[in-house]
Amino acid sequence: MEALDLARWQFGIITVYHFILVPLTIGLAPLVAIMHTLWVRTGSERWLKMTKFFGKLLLINFALGVATGIVQEFQFGMNWSEYSRFVGDIFGAPLAIEALVAFFLESTFLGLWIFGWDRLPKKVHLACIWLVAFGTTASAYFILAANSWMQHPVGAVFNPETGRAELDGVQGIFAVLTNSTLLAAFPHTIATSWLVAGTFVAGISGWWIVRSVKAGRTEEARLTWRPAAYIGLVAMVIAGIAVIGTGDAQGKLMYEQQPSKMAAAEAQCESTEAAPFSLLTIGDLSNNCDSSTRLLSVPGLTSFLGTGHFSGPESFLPGVNDLQSEAQARFADQFGPDQDYTPNLMVTYWSFRLMIGLGVFSAVLALAGLWLLRKGRVTDSVWFSRLCLLALPMPFLAASFGWIFTEMGRQPWVVAPNPANPVDNVYLLTQQGVSTVVPAWSVLTSMVIFTLLYAALGAVWFFLLRRYVREGIEPEVPTSEQLPGQPEPTLSFAY
Amino acid sequence: MDLSVLWFLLLAVLWTGYLVLEGFDFGVGMLLKPFARNENERRMLLRTVGPIWDGNEVWLLTAGGATFAAFPEWYATMFSGFYLALLLILVALIVRICAFEWRQKIDDPIWRNRWDWAHTFGAWIPSVLWGVAFANLVQGMQIEIIDGNHQLTGGFFSLITPFTLLGGVTTAALFLTHGAVFLALKTDGEVRVRAGLLAQRLSIGSLLVAAVWAVWAQLAFSSNVFSWVPLVIAALSLVGVVIAARARREGWAFALNAVAIAAAVALIFSIMYPNVMPSSLNPDWSLTIAGASSSKATLQVMSVIALVMVPIVLAYQGWTLWVFRARLTGAQIGSATGLHPFRERSFENVDR
Repeated sequence: MEALDLARWQFGIITVYHFILVPLTIGLAPLVAIMHTLWVRTGSERWLKMTKFFGKLLLINFALGVATGIVQEFQFGMNWSEYSRFVGDIFGAPLAIEALVAFFLESTFLGLWIFGWDRLPKKVHLACIWLVAFGTTASAYFILAANSWMQHPVGAVFNPETGRAELDGVQGIFAVLTNSTLLAAFPHTIATSWLVAGTFVAGISGWWIVRSVKAGRTEEARLTWRPAAYIGLVAMVIAGIAVIGTGDAQGKLMYEQQPSKMAAAEAQCESTEAAPFSLLTIGDLSNNCDSSTRLLSVPGLTSFLGTGHFSGPESFLPGVNDLQSEAQARFADQFGPDQDYTPNLMVTYWSFRLMIGLGVFSAVLALAGLWLLRKGRVTDSVWFSRLCLLALPMPFLAASFGWIFTEMGRQPWVVAPNPANPVDNVYLLTQQGVSTVVPAWSVLTSMVIFTLLYAALGAVWFFLLRRYVREGIEPEVPTSEQLPGQPEPTLSFAY
Repeated sequence: MDLSVLWFLLLAVLWTGYLVLEGFDFGVGMLLKPFARNENERRMLLRTVGPIWDGNEVWLLTAGGATFAAFPEWYATMFSGFYLALLLILVALIVRICAFEWRQKIDDPIWRNRWDWAHTFGAWIPSVLWGVAFANLVQGMQIEIIDGNHQLTGGFFSLITPFTLLGGVTTAALFLTHGAVFLALKTDGEVRVRAGLLAQRLSIGSLLVAAVWAVWAQLAFSSNVFSWVPLVIAALSLVGVVIAARARREGWAFALNAVAIAAAVALIFSIMYPNVMPSSLNPDWSLTIAGASSSKATLQVMSVIALVMVPIVLAYQGWTLWVFRARLTGAQIGSATGLHPFRERSFENVDR
């Protein structure tokens, strides 16, 4: 293994790991804020219990999200120093803005929220969790601005003196922050996060409804868990519709901006009109299309995803073979005649399908939940309880596969050439971006250390979440046990 | 003033923010085992920094991101060159975050003790290694120019010299003092008295170590007569910490120690100027402010954002300190709040 492969594996591992935790934080923070608001507005104990219960889960998750995020900030310079030199002028700005605008906000106000139950006026304290929710969402916007720029560079000029991409004047930053790719990726990511968190809240609450009813505590199920489940279900329905709409918009953009990613989504080798969408493909793992057999194809669907047309000349979809020859002709001077410009078709093909397919679990859970809990009902059906548990991990996996598709689909580029500016020289192959002074053994060392450390911390994270979910809520919140003037929070969120 | 020089100063400000604020977090973390005598005191120590440590740590992320944005060459050269040192720091920071947040989640002495050891590791390692890293920026590193790019080719062991090791000892001593003074400022009762005594002893030690290191840095590596100014300020404020700690003036001791850390950063940056990474192999290979900086447009954009955001951040972080200004006593800490690791609440038998 060379340093390049190891660095790619390392970035993939730590980023996928980070993004298991991120969507839950982005989606759960506003849901907890909504529960907290309902408590402040209604004064009803049930919402206080739910705020406490899901607040603890949010904090357990937030810790590991922060911990894994720190590595990301330095990873570019450590393993990808040549990439950092090439793009730092543009790429660094969103990262710095993210820290200044979002990270400070979420970390400071989360501390205030955790420890401020008895120190702050009720409404100020409530504002803290809303600021946390805003901060998590804002951080997603800025980091996606950086990523979208790699997929579709805008607002940049190539400086031949330094050999670097530079910001195209001060207005370049507005181009970066209003990149069409970003305006599609950001809502898609946020909607996905709400789907993850909605499934999390609805799944856990649904499981507790069944458990409470079976234990003869129908009141608790009806009064406390059912409203929480409903918040999750409503979030899932809204988010699910938004995920589909924004995903469709992203497909249309991808067709224009990254045609080889679009073709790789269906592993479409030959250019064709009315490209079908197959559900399964059997073949070997090479990028060789002749070896594969497609099953259960939906005619014209891939063309529709990219162009909005099922058939006819407008539905024309370039295949990877033509795109490969095109790129080889265009970049022959720079990268030689033999450079491969095709992403790993197996990974893109399957990650695209799994991303879409795993969303079905959330859809089934939402429909079942809305039906079983209609008009104030609660349920004790065992299959619903199992469905709740089964659906929990699925949106997390779908989010991971979506990112694997997005990132592996732009290979071999780390900065993909923008087809609208074909001669501006702002593009970089992944192999050109890797650090030259870091030997492979160093990368291997850090990869092994991070992987083992993350695995251990992931096990603890799972243990804690499971333990706290199974603990549930106290049957009744004891009236405040504090002595007057005792500055210890009623909500035992302290360390 | 040239924008790239302004950003050089702004980075010094960001690093100052990080080292002053996380300095006492690290100090408290380093004292967790040796200072606290029982569970109640350990919880008290953690509670003093509980609401603020996470916000303090963001100064590091901001310094990293700002280096990337304003000086991409510096970011790329330094972080690829400091690879293994940075890896160690990152591992330490990761386990420390989890130790902070997860320690209290399970009510079990073994569980808590393991997290406290993780916390100790996570506080000591960065406290030493940040000093080693900054001492390298003063001393110069094995920087060469390869294909027109500055590269640090020495690897991990080229970063370890007597001077840089003393730099690591210096930051650890400063942070230990900072933590002890902070504890004396934030607690009441017996812990306050003991923290005050400890701060007295530590402040003398950190004065001696820091004085040797700073004078060494000035005489051996500074070509800049103006760097005497922060050196003298640092020395005077460290003497002030010793005096204030003796007199039990906790607020003064804390403020002066913060000034000393800020002056130390100013000393480091003024010795580095006009380089950001001096080469020990050949002065012509040093990475300069001008050579490392972004384009003018990026610096303009970043300047506007930083000059708007940094005051806002300082305002609400200051407000947070104000909200949690009350001193803690042992009686307020209360008993453990976590769950038993395995024995769950008996669910069926609870009557409503």
